[in-house]
Amino acid sequence: MRRNMGEIYITAYQRDKGETLTLQHRSRLGKMHSFGNRLNTLLTFSGLLLAVLCILTTTISSNFNEEGPPVNAHAEVLKVNRLRKQLSGNDEVILTLNVSMDLRSAFTWNMKQAFVFVAAEYETAKNSVNQVSLWDHIILDKGHANIQTQVTTKYSLIDQGSNLRGKEIKFVLHWYVMPKIGKTIEKQMVMSDFRLPEAYT
Amino acid sequence: MGWIGESVDSIKSLQFRQVLTQVVSLGMIVTSALIIWKGLMCFTGSESPVVVVLSGSMEPGFKRGDILFLHMSKDPIRAGEIVVFNVDGREIPIVHRVIKVHERKDTGEVDVLTKGDNNFGDDRLLYAHGQLWLNRHHIMGRAVGFLPYVGWVTIIMTEKPIIKYILIGALGLLVVTAKD
Repeated sequence: MRRNMGEIYITAYQRDKGETLTLQHRSRLGKMHSFGNRLNTLLTFSGLLLAVLCILTTTISSNFNEEGPPVNAHAEVLKVNRLRKQLSGNDEVILTLNVSMDLRSAFTWNMKQAFVFVAAEYETAKNSVNQVSLWDHIILDKGHANIQTQVTTKYSLIDQGSNLRGKEIKFVLHWYVMPKIGKTIEKQMVMSDFRLPEAYT
Repeated sequence: MGWIGESVDSIKSLQFRQVLTQVVSLGMIVTSALIIWKGLMCFTGSESPVVVVLSGSMEPGFKRGDILFLHMSKDPIRAGEIVVFNVDGREIPIVHRVIKVHERKDTGEVDVLTKGDNNFGDDRLLYAHGQLWLNRHHIMGRAVGFLPYVGWVTIIMTEKPIIKYILIGALGLLVVTAKD
């Protein structure tokens, strides 16, 4: 069978080029589809196919989720535990927050985890952007995506300088959806504004 | 003995043109790998567009042996992004998340603080002595994509070099002895 295929190939070749082939060519053509060759082709092709499918499914599905349904989140300050000037001259604030969010709508099949954090964002004379993460949390499954909690800031709000007295800050919820495979999706949402006290505690 | 003898015979019986073809095809493989790597460098704007995660400091997001694709754009760095940075005096780059950003109004320079999701404290202990912030030039890129497990190949090869040599040897032999 294999030999037959080789010979058919040779006759076609001869007809095209009008050349006669030596015995050596003929034997080499007969060996063309060895087991190794077949395995190699099969593996390469299936690998390629898998990669293409993987890329297609992940990009298409993450594009579907690009907009995403709205997410409900809310944050309010329960207490300002501390507002002081550190020895270094920087202002430091420690807050107790009431945070609630419902990220269940953001979960899809291709989601490994959602990293959520609440950041305080404000502007100062020196810096056009100040983003300070106050609290973060990792959500691993949809069952834990509805959160309602009271937290003391995990990382205290430290300014570069002493501009925090009476400063208007925004609480912004950021969430980073890390997929099982593919591209990370990032979203954010302003939750509330808060004015810090005018005097150090 | 028989197999080795056959191989030696087959090498001896190779004609000059066949050897040349094999050298050229080997060269093609090496250069196309190089082209892909350098092309990725241009495309992503990052010095090393693909990195392997070596530690568990970003679990459960990134595990040891995962591959990350980096992208370095002109976009400003913001809190929450996962960046790869080099600290002066440390050879191995670190992949961690940005938790604080202060961007200067006049010059646009940024001060950034990072932390591993799985670490208890921030990264000031990892930075050079006395260094409080990372700046733009420390950052090699931000992680945009992710491929699980594939990086184990590299980890195994760097930790057990013998496997690397065996693999390279076997591949080389295959290239030299294979016909077509």
